[in-house]
Amino acid sequence: MSDPTVVPWPRPAPVARPETVLAVDDVVVRFQTRDAVVTAVDRMSFGVRPGEFISVIGPSGCGKSTLFNVIGGLVTPTAGLVTVAGEPIRGPHPAIGMVFQEESTFPWRTVLDNVAFPLEVRGVPRRVRNEKARDVVAMVGLTGFEEHYPSELSGGMRQRVSIGRTLASEPKILLMDEPFASLDEQTRLLLGDKVLQIQQTLRQTTLLITHSITEAVQLSDRVVVMSYRPGRLKRIVDIDLPHPRTSEVVTSEAFGHYVAEIWGDLRDEASRGMAEAEAQRGGTR
Amino acid sequence: MSRTGVDRGPALTGAATLVGLFVLLELAIRVGLVDRYVVPPPSEVITSFGRIVTEENIPQRFAQTALEGLGAGVLITIVGVPLGVLLYRRMVLRAAVQSWVAALAAAPLVLAYPLFLVIFGRSAWTIVMMGFVSGVAPVILKTLEGLTATRRVLIDVGRSLKLTPMQQFRLVLLPAAVPTIFVGLRLGLIFALINVVGLEFLINFGGLGQLINELAERYDLPGTYAAIAFVVLVSVLFFAGLERTERWLRPGR
Ligand SMILES: Nc1ncnc2c1ncn2[C@@H]1O[C@H](COP(=O)(O)OP(=O)(O)O)[C@@H](O)[C@H]1O
Ligand SMILES: [Mg+2]
Repeated sequence: MSDPTVVPWPRPAPVARPETVLAVDDVVVRFQTRDAVVTAVDRMSFGVRPGEFISVIGPSGCGKSTLFNVIGGLVTPTAGLVTVAGEPIRGPHPAIGMVFQEESTFPWRTVLDNVAFPLEVRGVPRRVRNEKARDVVAMVGLTGFEEHYPSELSGGMRQRVSIGRTLASEPKILLMDEPFASLDEQTRLLLGDKVLQIQQTLRQTTLLITHSITEAVQLSDRVVVMSYRPGRLKRIVDIDLPHPRTSEVVTSEAFGHYVAEIWGDLRDEASRGMAEAEAQRGGTR
Repeated sequence: MSRTGVDRGPALTGAATLVGLFVLLELAIRVGLVDRYVVPPPSEVITSFGRIVTEENIPQRFAQTALEGLGAGVLITIVGVPLGVLLYRRMVLRAAVQSWVAALAAAPLVLAYPLFLVIFGRSAWTIVMMGFVSGVAPVILKTLEGLTATRRVLIDVGRSLKLTPMQQFRLVLLPAAVPTIFVGLRLGLIFALINVVGLEFLINFGGLGQLINELAERYDLPGTYAAIAFVVLVSVLFFAGLERTERWLRPGR
């Protein structure tokens, strides 16, 4: 997939940044397609601080999921590296827990068994893991549904099962790729509250990938804005809204300012993306 | 939304349809629309049940056919599923043999029965092996298909949790493939049962197939049809068993 023949970028010696738990360092990902080489992510660098909630935002197709897979260790970058507490990662790292964009619950497992899955594979005895899983199920607000199968739940509930399953593995860093993308706006706001509440109680370092500006501003301490094709770092915006936050923050004036500011950054990127997608469609017809 | 209450509507409708068809057939035969020497009246078939059960040793024949079917069913499972897994694991092997396994599924293998007679003699083993050979191909193909079709994201969940290859297989791939594997098992079992009964008929050996042969030669048509009903019963039992096993292995829809 990623081209291994490309040499790494010459770059300055890494600076010691003790306050970062996760660092994305000059990451480049290229894909070889049938007729071209696509640069999905281009020289992305940013750090994540312990306990913070950081979002990565960008238009569709700008390389967010690719970046997600690189940080999760599922895709090896063409160049650059990702470090966890200063250690470069090779493959999935136990400190990182992933929540995928697509529906990812195991349909043959009950809610409780889905959530207990990471503990089960580590060999935690049934009694202990079920007790732990029950706590997590309560945390994601699914008490009473422990014995239900995913097919008996709504989309939002299933996504909460996926989040719970990842939380049960107690990752140092929670990584989520557009976990609310397939949900309606109201569910998305409420689920955002839930995630934020969990993040605050656990002091959980969280990296959320999203294409929704309101979601990014509602939830984050910082927002990383990506450009479209190639996916580069455009800007990092500090969100200085008071904590604890709920979805009510969306009605505040400051919130509006942040949204407008990020929209200003994204607007050009998004329209460029749209134009390119349309040109491509026209070209192939 | 009741999870325990069983809706008996479909079952009743099914039974009523069957009874209705029998009544229509009975009428058609009595009126002379259908020749009674081709299709005996259902009433005569029903009354001949008692006779063939007592006179033709049905319990023992039923057990023999069922056991042969079970033997073939177990063989297609313990051979077909691992072979499907092997093809999934080995790309080269898959490319090399997938098409001829598919051809095997379509071939009239029953014509090879003399070969089996030579190898296993005129015994239940010939019958079991014939059933196995004719039913194994769909199990291999559907196992391969089910594993290949496992959703990428489920595999990625396993990878992100650093499952061992064995855990990935046992906890993700296999459960994901179970419904498709069972489609293969159903198909395979149908082929196996047809061949088991067909071969009993052909080599005049043992169970219900041989009885059908005998009764047909005696022109005992009601008896023949009654014996066929027992063959249907065997396959109904097998299918009910498969369905239970599937629900046990793969709960949640
Ligand atoms: N495996 C792949 N092979 C080729 N191209 C890919 C692959 N994965 C992603 N891409 C391309 O990389 C770009 C970024 O994709 P992605 O990371 O999924 O974007 P996003 O998640 O922001 O919508 C897209 O143009 C996509 O077509
Ligand atoms: Mg994406």
